[in-house]
Amino acid sequence: MQSAPSSPCSFKTLLILILTALLLPLAGPGHAEDPKAQFTEGTTLLIQGDFEQKRNGIQKIATSGDKRAKAVLMALQDGNLFLVKKDNTLVYANTENSPVDIMSVFSGDVLKSVKKRKLKKITINNTLRTQLKDVLAKIDLNSPDAKVREEAVNKLAVSLTPESSGLLSELLETETNSDVRDALTTAMAIADLRSPDNEKKLLALSRLQGNLNPTVRNEIQRLISEKQDISIRNKAESVLSTIEAKTTLYGLAETIFFGLSLGSVLVLAAIGLAITFGVIGVINMAHGELIMLGAYTTYVMQQMLPNSIGIALFLSIPAAFIVSGLTGIVIERSVIRFLYGRPLETLLATFGVSLILQQAVRSVFSPLNRSVASPAWMSGSLQINPILSLTTNRITILIFSLLVFTGLYLLLKKSSIGLQVRAVSQNRNMARAMGIRAAKVDALTFGLGSGIAGIAGVALSQLTNVGPNLGQAYIIDSFMVVVFGGVGNLWGTLIGGLSLGVANKFLEPWAGAVLAKILILVFIILFIQKRPQGLFPQKGRAAG
Amino acid sequence: MLGLLLLTTLVVPVCNLLVPDSSGLHISTYTMTLLGKYLCYALLAVAVDLVWGYLGILSLGHGAFFALGGYAMGMYLMRQIGSRGMYGNPVLPDFMVFLNWQELPWFWHGFHWFWFAMLMVILVPGLLALAFGWLAFRSRVTGVYLSIMTQALTYALLLAFFRNEMGFGGNNGLTDFKDILGFSLQSDATRAALFIASAAALGLGYLSCLYITRSRLGRLCTAIRDQENRTRFIGYRVENFKLWIFTFSAILAGIAGALYVPQVGIINPGEFAPLASIEIVIWVAVGGRATLYGAVAGALMVNYAKSYLTGAMPDAWLFALGALFVLVTLLLPRGVTGLLRKKEVNQ
Repeated sequence: MQSAPSSPCSFKTLLILILTALLLPLAGPGHAEDPKAQFTEGTTLLIQGDFEQKRNGIQKIATSGDKRAKAVLMALQDGNLFLVKKDNTLVYANTENSPVDIMSVFSGDVLKSVKKRKLKKITINNTLRTQLKDVLAKIDLNSPDAKVREEAVNKLAVSLTPESSGLLSELLETETNSDVRDALTTAMAIADLRSPDNEKKLLALSRLQGNLNPTVRNEIQRLISEKQDISIRNKAESVLSTIEAKTTLYGLAETIFFGLSLGSVLVLAAIGLAITFGVIGVINMAHGELIMLGAYTTYVMQQMLPNSIGIALFLSIPAAFIVSGLTGIVIERSVIRFLYGRPLETLLATFGVSLILQQAVRSVFSPLNRSVASPAWMSGSLQINPILSLTTNRITILIFSLLVFTGLYLLLKKSSIGLQVRAVSQNRNMARAMGIRAAKVDALTFGLGSGIAGIAGVALSQLTNVGPNLGQAYIIDSFMVVVFGGVGNLWGTLIGGLSLGVANKFLEPWAGAVLAKILILVFIILFIQKRPQGLFPQKGRAAG
Repeated sequence: MLGLLLLTTLVVPVCNLLVPDSSGLHISTYTMTLLGKYLCYALLAVAVDLVWGYLGILSLGHGAFFALGGYAMGMYLMRQIGSRGMYGNPVLPDFMVFLNWQELPWFWHGFHWFWFAMLMVILVPGLLALAFGWLAFRSRVTGVYLSIMTQALTYALLLAFFRNEMGFGGNNGLTDFKDILGFSLQSDATRAALFIASAAALGLGYLSCLYITRSRLGRLCTAIRDQENRTRFIGYRVENFKLWIFTFSAILAGIAGALYVPQVGIINPGEFAPLASIEIVIWVAVGGRATLYGAVAGALMVNYAKSYLTGAMPDAWLFALGALFVLVTLLLPRGVTGLLRKKEVNQ
C-alpha cells in the first residue's frame, strides 16, 4: 500500500472535502476545551492528504488530551493507520493478513474485514515522523501514570539534544514523583554531556557518578571515544570505571540471588530426605516421587478451585503435606519397617516403590506434563535498579524454604516429639528403655520427612511443569545435598544446599548449564572421598 | 549351568542357520538376536553379582561401564560405515557432518582398528573403575554412600553424553551400523557369530568369576563383605582387594556392552540412566545374590518378562518391576535360586 496513488485524483479529493465538510459541524464549536471535539478535528485534518494539514492535525490530536490520541499517533508512526476508500472511515489495520482485519479508530469496534485494495494508507514524511516522535514522547511525559512518565523520560534520554534540557527542567518543576524526578535529572545530565560547554560536561559527569542507567553508560563511552579535553576524558573514565565496578557488583549479586534461589529449591527437596536419611538412617529412593505427589496435589487443588488460584495454592501446602506424609507412613509401615538395619535392601525396595508411584501417576493423570498456574502476585519482579531485578516467585520460594527449615528445626529441637525423634536416632535401645515407642516414632519421622517432600512439591510446581518424572530430576541432587552437608544435620543440609546452588550458578556462565552440573557432581564425588562425613559431621556417640 | 549354556550356544545358531524356515525347530534371527542380548545382560549381571554378592559393594553405576564398553564398540562400528553414511563423508560420522565439524576429534582416532577399539572396551571402563575405586575405597566410603556415589557417577556421565559437544552423537547416540570386521551386521551368519561370541564371553566371564570366588581370594572377599574391619585388622589390605575386583567387574561389564551394541544396533546415553543401572541389581536380586548362576538366571527371567510385558501390557511393566523390587527384597532375600536351594537342604 506504500504506492498509494500520487497522481492527482480529483474525485477522491472532492470526496474527502465533502467528508470534511460533513464532519466539521459534528466536531462542534468548542475547539480546545472539548478533548473529543479537538481529537475529531485533528483526525479530519489527517485525512486531508496535505502534509501541512497533517502536521496541524497531529498537533491537535496530541494536545487534545483524548484517550485515543496516543494509539492513533502510534499507528500513524508505524504505518498502520488506513482510510476505508468506500466510506472514508479511519481504521487501524495490519495489512500482513488478507483480507485485512480492521478496527475503527473512533469507536474501537472491530469492523468487517476488507480486501487490501479497498484501503488507503495515511502516509507521512520525514518531518512528520520527527514531529510524531517528539509528540509521542510528550504525551507519555504528561501521562497521569508515574511509571509511564518514567519510561518516557528514559526513552527520551537516548535521543536528547542539549536543547531538550529546557523542556526537562520545566517538567522537573511540576514533577512530584521521586522516581520520575531521578529519571529527569539523569536525562538532564545526559543532555548536558552533549552540550559543547566543557564546564557543563564536567558538572554532568560528577552528577552521573555511579548512575546505573544503561543510556548513561553508553553516553559516557561515546564521550570517551570522541576527541575530548584531557580533564573531561579523565573524569569520564573515572566515572565509567565506578559505573562498571557497580555493574559487576550487581551482576554478582544477581548470580548469588539465582544461586540462592536454586539452592533453596535444593534445600526444600533435600530437607525431608535429611530427616529420613539422617535421623532414622533410611535411604528413601521414593523421596522424589513424594515431591511429585505434592506437586500433583497442587495441580488437583487448582482444578478444584479454578477461580481462586492463590487460595488453592495456600490450601495445597497442608494438603500436600497430608497426602505425601500419609503415603510415606504407608510405605514405612508396609515395606521399610521390615528392612531396618539393611540399608542396601531398603534402597532397592524403596526404588521399587518409586517406580510404582511413578507409573500410578502416569496412569491416573496421563504421562503428559501439567502446568500449574501461579497467582498474580507471584508473577512479576522486584526492580531494584536498572540492571538488577529479582523475580517474585523465586523470592517467595527462597523465603518459603527458609520458613520450612525454621519450622522443622524448631519442631525437632523444641517439641516433645522432636525430643523423642532425636532420642531414638541417637540411641534406640536406651530410648525404648525410657518408654518411647520407637516403632511409632519411626513411622512419624518418616511421615514428617515425606510430608516435607510434599511441601517441596508445592513450591516446585510454581517453578516447573508437573510431570511423572519430576521426582527423578531431584532425587540425585537431593542425595548430593544431604551427603555433602553431612548426614543427620539440618544445618548441614541448609548450608550444603545453598552453597551448591550458588556454586552451580557461578559455574554456569563459564561452563554452560549441563557442564556446571557435571562439575558439581564430580566435585561432590571427590569431596566425599576426602570427607566421607560431609561438611558438618555428627559428633559423639550418634556418629557411630 | 555351563552345560546348558554350551547346549544353547550350539543349538540356537544351528537351528537358525541350518534348519529350514518351514521347520518347527527353526529359530528366527529375531529370537536369536534377542537371546544374544539376554546373554550380554547375563554377563553384566554376573559382573554385578561379583561385587555385590561377594564383596558387598552395591554398585548402582555398572550401567555406566556397560555403556562405555558399548560406546567404544559403537565408535568402531561408526568408523566402519565409511562413506556409506547419509552424507557420504569418508572420515566423519554423519552426526559430526550434521554438526558442521571439520575433522575427527582426537579421542576418535584409532577406532577404525578393531584391536584398538577392543583395547578401549577393556581400558576405558577399567580405568574409570580403577580411578573411582581408588578414590572411594582408600577413603573407606562404604555401604549406602558408595551406592549413591556410583549412581552420581553414572548420572554425571548421562548428562555429559547427552551433550552434542562431547562428540558421541548426543541424544541420538551412535547408530546406523553397517558391518563388523567386514561382515554385514544384517546377515544371519554374522548374527549367529555374535550370538556365539556373547555366549562364549558369558561362559568365560562366568568361569573366571567362579574361579575367583572359589579361590582363597574369593574367601577373602566374603570375609570383607561380612566383616570388613576384622579383615583389615587381621592384616589384609582390604582396599586393594576391593579395587581390583571392582575393576575386573567393570571390565566384564564393558565387554558385555561391546557385544550388546552390534546386536541391538544402537548405543545412546539412555544406557547411562540411573534406572538402567539399578535394574541390573534387581536381576541379581531376583536370581539370588552370591551364586553367579543366580545372576544369569535372574537376568534371563527378568528380561524375558520385560520383553513380554512391554509388548503385551506397556503400562504394567513398571508396576511389575516396582513390585519385583519390593517383593524380592521383602520376601525372597535369597532370590529364586534360594528357593531351590532350600528344597535341596530339606531333602
